[in-house]
Amino acid sequence: MNEVIIVKIGMADLNIASGGESLKTTGLGSCVGLTLHDAQIGLAGMAHIMLPSSDIAREGQLNVAKYADTAVPELIARLKAGGANIRRLVAKLAGGAQMFAFSNGSDSMRIGPRNVESTKLALAAHDIPIIAEDTGGNFGRTIEFSSSSGMLTIRSVQNGVKEI
Amino acid sequence: MELFSNNAEFKMDVLREVGNIGAGHAATALSRLLDKPVDMAVPKVSFIPFEEIAERVGGAEEIVVAIFLRVEGEAPGNMFFLMSQFQARALLQGLLSFEQSSDGPSYTEMEMSALSEIGNILAGSYLSSLADLTGLPLSPTVPAIAVDMAGAILTYGLVQFGTMGDEALLIDTTFMEDDRKAEGHFFFIPDPESFERLFRALGVPI
Repeated sequence: MNEVIIVKIGMADLNIASGGESLKTTGLGSCVGLTLHDAQIGLAGMAHIMLPSSDIAREGQLNVAKYADTAVPELIARLKAGGANIRRLVAKLAGGAQMFAFSNGSDSMRIGPRNVESTKLALAAHDIPIIAEDTGGNFGRTIEFSSSSGMLTIRSVQNGVKEI
Repeated sequence: MELFSNNAEFKMDVLREVGNIGAGHAATALSRLLDKPVDMAVPKVSFIPFEEIAERVGGAEEIVVAIFLRVEGEAPGNMFFLMSQFQARALLQGLLSFEQSSDGPSYTEMEMSALSEIGNILAGSYLSSLADLTGLPLSPTVPAIAVDMAGAILTYGLVQFGTMGDEALLIDTTFMEDDRKAEGHFFFIPDPESFERLFRALGVPI
């Protein structure tokens, strides 16, 4: 059996893979791991989204992969360039946890749920259905996505391995 | 950051000294708690890409015990006290003679509460020495604790830097307990706006 080639996605990063390759990102906490898949041509994309909206950006050169509202269109554009049909794309989401619980939670402490909400809004704007998600909770996740099967494998410390 | 376009080396040195004094007091507190010597490395201060921060504690997927608290006051920021699981177990046994409840990453409520309190004491001594040094009021929030992947935990403290770029300025001090060869990390990540206030308070030309 051939080793599956794994394309690693860093924090605030995105990329696409095909031909049976897998996409992987490690240590998602409040960040959201978004995957998009075109099953017909076996093309997959993944983004490791850190913040909900680029409105709060104060950086000179915007890293579009970092923000939900800019990462979603960028990932779609990359997949389209790779031959995907936007009408066939389906999404899966993981992450968006609240790693620490605070009683007087200020807004920045709720960053995980806000990342999830914002990613969903951006997907809805492009009419992309979310077919599975494993979001929220208070634990970290490592995810791997197969471009051939469209299976998302989620590993966490407390809950072991889960496939969605 | 623009603030570091002038005298960057000197400013980094000042932050290293901030780490030295803060973590020095925390190390003393830990040493008193354990009743044994605790060594401390020279603090590392630099801009680190987000991606590499978890490497300091063994990689994004390394399971660590982390006590997090938010620093409030004139120079707000995020503070983490990070330990390996081995170190956390050693602390519980050495300090409180707790029987080990398990080998894995699960801790009893009592153990979590004890570790949290240790983090609270250490962070408190770090911050009060820093407040004395700068004359700025600084106070920690109630600590929160998590046992999870280092990458997942640390990103939590990077949100404030996230809007500015892809790296954070981190004051990292390592503790070593000489007989157990275990180590813990103190990460102090002042909010980007806090650096100027810290420098002004310490009389550093901006």
